[in-house]
Amino acid sequence: MGCCGSEAELTAALPEARSSDEEVLLASRIVADGMRQADLSVPTMHCGACVRTIEKALGGLAGVQSARANLSTKRVTVRWHFDDGPPPFVKTLSRAGFEAYLFDVESDKEDGALSELIRALAVAGFASSNIMLLSVSIWSGAEADTRDLFHWLSMTIALPALAYSGRIFFRSGWRALRHGRTNMDVPISLGVLLAFGMSVYETVQHGPHAYFDASISLLFFLLIGRTLDYMMRERARLAVRSLVQLAARGAFVVQADGTQVYLPVEEILPGMSIMLGAGERVPVDATVSKGDSELDVALVSGESVPLRATVGSTVRAGTLNLTGPLTLVATAKAGNSFLAEMIRMMEAAEQGRSGYRRIADRAAALYAPVVHVAAFLTFIGWMVATGDLHNAITIAIAVLIITCPCALGLAVPIVQVMAAQRLFKNGIMVKDGSSIERLAEIDAVIFDKTGTLTSAAPRLVSAEHIDSASLSLAAALALHSRHPYSQALVEAAAGLAPSPVVFDDITEQAGFGLQAQSGATVYRLGKPSWALASPESIVGAASVALTQNGQWMTGFCFEDKLRTDAAVAVVKLKQSGLRVEIVSGDRKEPVGLVAGALSVPYRSGVTPNEKVARIKALSAAGQKVFMVGDGLNDTPALGAAHASMAPASASDVGRCAADFVFLRQSLLAIPLAVSVAREARRLIRQNLALAVAYNVVAVPIAIMGLVTPLIAAVAMSGSSILVVANALRLKGGEGIAASAAPGTISAAAILEAAE
Amino acid sequence: MKDYFYLIPIAFGLGLTALTAFMWSLKAGQYDDLDGAAERILHEETDAPIRTTQPGR
Repeated sequence: MGCCGSEAELTAALPEARSSDEEVLLASRIVADGMRQADLSVPTMHCGACVRTIEKALGGLAGVQSARANLSTKRVTVRWHFDDGPPPFVKTLSRAGFEAYLFDVESDKEDGALSELIRALAVAGFASSNIMLLSVSIWSGAEADTRDLFHWLSMTIALPALAYSGRIFFRSGWRALRHGRTNMDVPISLGVLLAFGMSVYETVQHGPHAYFDASISLLFFLLIGRTLDYMMRERARLAVRSLVQLAARGAFVVQADGTQVYLPVEEILPGMSIMLGAGERVPVDATVSKGDSELDVALVSGESVPLRATVGSTVRAGTLNLTGPLTLVATAKAGNSFLAEMIRMMEAAEQGRSGYRRIADRAAALYAPVVHVAAFLTFIGWMVATGDLHNAITIAIAVLIITCPCALGLAVPIVQVMAAQRLFKNGIMVKDGSSIERLAEIDAVIFDKTGTLTSAAPRLVSAEHIDSASLSLAAALALHSRHPYSQALVEAAAGLAPSPVVFDDITEQAGFGLQAQSGATVYRLGKPSWALASPESIVGAASVALTQNGQWMTGFCFEDKLRTDAAVAVVKLKQSGLRVEIVSGDRKEPVGLVAGALSVPYRSGVTPNEKVARIKALSAAGQKVFMVGDGLNDTPALGAAHASMAPASASDVGRCAADFVFLRQSLLAIPLAVSVAREARRLIRQNLALAVAYNVVAVPIAIMGLVTPLIAAVAMSGSSILVVANALRLKGGEGIAASAAPGTISAAAILEAAE
Repeated sequence: MKDYFYLIPIAFGLGLTALTAFMWSLKAGQYDDLDGAAERILHEETDAPIRTTQPGR
């Protein structure tokens, strides 16, 4: 898949996941007689050739009735006859060169709001174009009879369109009014309905002025903004959702009679015995009853070095089993596990920021009363001046029509859509418009370390100085382990000639390393003190040694790899006047090293609660905090912060809690997001100023009673176009520049220090 | 002027046809995968969409 090279960095950001047949069955549903359907997410699907490869590979499997790839959502829908278990979808796709993940259909219930908006938009577009056609001839001076006929026709078209397309605004405005609030939809609904009502009266009375065109084209313009806004959020939601599901869906539970059943996580009760293979995630909090392995806890506690798990150890839900199979005894239900606790803490923390009101709502709260008072005063003024009730009402309604916040309704969403579009192109997903507004206000950035500033995987130090025969030998051994060091070795040896040594028997000892036989020779790869026959012969500060019959061959050092451009990103953030600090759950030494390399203050060994407390302390001091983190332990902090961001490799909950998700490796996404958000804020302010300026010109004309339907139509369209054109200026600008040097911390150190 | 009024129902009918066609295409899922449709034209096989993800739409 040569065309997909540009997505390589995305793949690198995604952690490993595994889908067993049972998981496929759990995530699928029955669609027809004897037919099941499952959705797979294939994030690296990139072009027509990918679509074809995927469909051919899956379609060729026995039992598969159809496979259809969707390039826009990067998903594949497969249907198969379910007599004999699901075909090996994930394996087939990975052979074809695509990483695939299960996509939960159940949780993907469409609310249908988007198609409702599009249908409303289509109806409004149809109606407004037809009414405009009729109106043009009226404006050109049609005779009275023709004009009346055209008014009647316009009314016939406008009434169903108003009922169908307008209900979106009426509903929302009514809901706000019922709760004693006001939003932008209140003046919109009022303006549209009054314009329509007055036009009906004019039509019946054979009057010269009807505003059907104005009221329907107003709906049309506003629906454009509404639809774009919704599409932006929907796309981000989909993109975030189709990332890997990191939480376990279920696990093999040992029954009383010794058989194993695959149960969904919710049905696992305390006391049940769980079989956990290497490479699987711990489904619920548990203790180890049998086995010896190592656990990757980076996502849960922020520690970068795997923890040893032996009989009696407590393991937390969400950690990844690396080396050997384990038998666990569940100690908590899914609802009481660490994961659920984090979600509860996050929800509690989020309530603190629900006080944020969007710019558009704040503008509407000021705008609506002013407009309504102006219209009322106009009515009173004309009543006093002329005593003509009909004339006074007409002019007052004209004021409402001309001030109907068409441009105001577009001013904010159109800028946010453009901003989201630009971020999307740079691999950043935005949850909604309000996150862009909040991001523009921040004064401080708090980083988590493991998985955020550093990649989850360590890196081999100075691989070029290690002789290639030893390295490829070590890699050949390491291939049999999931330990991060082993994977770093395999990665470093990629491209070298494969080792000529053939192994007979390979075993992995959790916490120590790998041992292999080749004829009479015994190779060991692992902790130097274990791999060497005599511990005093350790050479240098290597954390992993390769030995032959207990004799030293080579040592390997590893380092925490800073994410691409971490240093540049931090400098850029500081330059834009933000305070940067690291708050990590990891130990002091590794955190200190990273913080030293970036020269920022840090806190280490911080619990999830303390992270929230730190954010609250900063907020109390008047600072608005932007939290960037990936782990489960960061989730409450992501919820508590004024705005938050997570990498694509973050835990599911973390990703859902964050306002922004960045898909690429480079941390430059963060300064870019901040600068786009600030630019968006500037444009929003300009747009609001433009809308107000338009009103300053148009309202006096309306109050003087000089507005005709023609002027109303021209003024409204003109101001809308102006606002949209201004927002389009955000489209340009540079993206993330290509990264310069890979930012790594010198010295073997961080992982060493942690050991 | 009145001689040309017959054009009005024609214009209206044309617009209505377009609206119906759009609604139908929306319902038939033709906008579900815009990127994919652009690429599929290059495939040789005959290729009909299957109704899959959103039966309710």
